Amino acid sequence: MSQELDTAPASDTDQAKAPRIVVAPSPHLSEGSFTTRRMMLDVLVALSPPVAVSIWVFGWYAVVQLGICVISCLVAEAAFIAWRGRAFTLGDGSAAVTGVILALSLPWSTPWYVGFIASFVAIGIGKVVFGGLGQNLFNPAMVGRAFVMICFPAALGAAAYVLPGSPLSIVTQATPLTALKQGLVESSDVLSLLIGNTNGSLGETSAIACLLGGLYLCLRRTASWEIPAGTILSVAVISGAGYLISGSSFLHPLHHILGGALLFGAFFIATDPVSSPLTVKGKWFFGLGLGAIVMLLRLASGYPEGLMFAVLLMNAVTPLINRFTIPDPVGGPVPQRN
Amino acid sequence: MATDGPTPLERFISGILPENPVYRQLLGMCPTLAVTNGMQAAMTMAGATTFVLVMANLITSLIRNLLKPHLRILVFTLTIATFVTIADRFLAAYLYQMSKQLGPYIPLIIVNCIIISRCEICASKQGPFTAIADALGMGLGFTVALASIATIREVLGSGTWFGLRVLPEMWPDWVLMVLPPGAFLTLGLLLGTVNWLSSIKARKAKG
Repeated sequence: MSQELDTAPASDTDQAKAPRIVVAPSPHLSEGSFTTRRMMLDVLVALSPPVAVSIWVFGWYAVVQLGICVISCLVAEAAFIAWRGRAFTLGDGSAAVTGVILALSLPWSTPWYVGFIASFVAIGIGKVVFGGLGQNLFNPAMVGRAFVMICFPAALGAAAYVLPGSPLSIVTQATPLTALKQGLVESSDVLSLLIGNTNGSLGETSAIACLLGGLYLCLRRTASWEIPAGTILSVAVISGAGYLISGSSFLHPLHHILGGALLFGAFFIATDPVSSPLTVKGKWFFGLGLGAIVMLLRLASGYPEGLMFAVLLMNAVTPLINRFTIPDPVGGPVPQRN
Repeated sequence: MATDGPTPLERFISGILPENPVYRQLLGMCPTLAVTNGMQAAMTMAGATTFVLVMANLITSLIRNLLKPHLRILVFTLTIATFVTIADRFLAAYLYQMSKQLGPYIPLIIVNCIIISRCEICASKQGPFTAIADALGMGLGFTVALASIATIREVLGSGTWFGLRVLPEMWPDWVLMVLPPGAFLTLGLLLGTVNWLSSIKARKAKG
């Protein structure tokens, strides 16, 4: 509002000198530093521990994936902006964040074109067709990943993670959650899930790195802590109940929380401020529902991990959650007219 | 005999692009989404629909003075159903594999809104020659729409066109494109493109 007034050209010099009165709607005390750019830089900083661990665990594979996805996302963003004739938005960093999250959610063995196509779908179909950043219904990175997951099942299925006889010893074993699907329950110990020297998608292996980055995001208020808290709580309750009922045939709740993409997704993907609910109550619903769908997909679907589909499904009901959790205005609820 | 209304040529032209049944009227979405994962199926569907469209429009136009307003939809449906049954049995007899592949979508032409809307809008008001021109235009428009969607989906999804290899063997098939989500994405993006092009045209016409 005020910006439009400021940039309006003054027709005459006297007017330009006169004190300017800006009329704008509340809130009047907003923090100027809380910009998209700052948020996205925060996310990039928070993503550095998972990135570091992925480079430590997977080496060049991680570097190559990150390079492909980030560059493709930036190119896609620039191309679509130029096509639509909009202001240059590459500087806000949202495309780079999408690229990093996308790369970290892919297996180490993904062919180059998969990351390339996923990036263009993420930016194009995930974001630009809805009208750009802030208008998208779904998390762009997950839209891109879901597209290539269904397009190229061989490149992203459970078999893509495993290469027997590889010099990289980590990728000779199945991922922890695939091992669960095949009934090999005690294939990985909790310690390696914490540190990250297990097989999996690039960014998800280390629980400590995800927690570090995630806590930074929550402390900086860039991410809402209610969403990861709700997700982890929901997974803990469901897997704990399953463990108590079925006993040792069920994976330990710690495996469910620390393994797979759960922590990475709960902290970095589900907290996307555009596609998650606005209210505190709504964020709890979002997190709890996300955890429940993740558990449902892990236990009852053909996929070993269900975080991506869970995030997309919860994104789809976010407008509904927003509608059901409109807070009462100060002074009590608005009286209903008969 | 001739009533007021667009001439046969206007009817024919407007059906192809200006009033394209899929892109401008959003009719016939069910076959548009369901059978466009390959060119062969899509063109068989377009041919069958055009045949039914022409025959139903012709018959409706010939009997238009006998129609009672409250029974007209019933008569349209019966007329359409007759020709759909002919098309269905013809395909089953001469193109058995294609008939199997299209499954219920050939009988479902009966409820295709394009045909009943043409009976209502054109054939029940104008003479047989105009009605046939209208049906051919609409059928051609439907064919163009199906061909555009099916081309994108088949080339990206299988690397082939009419079953012939057009992309190199190393092309990784985009499985999603031949699955239902591919239909929705392709249709949505093409609809957006058509709207974008027509908005550019409208802006140019304005000045």
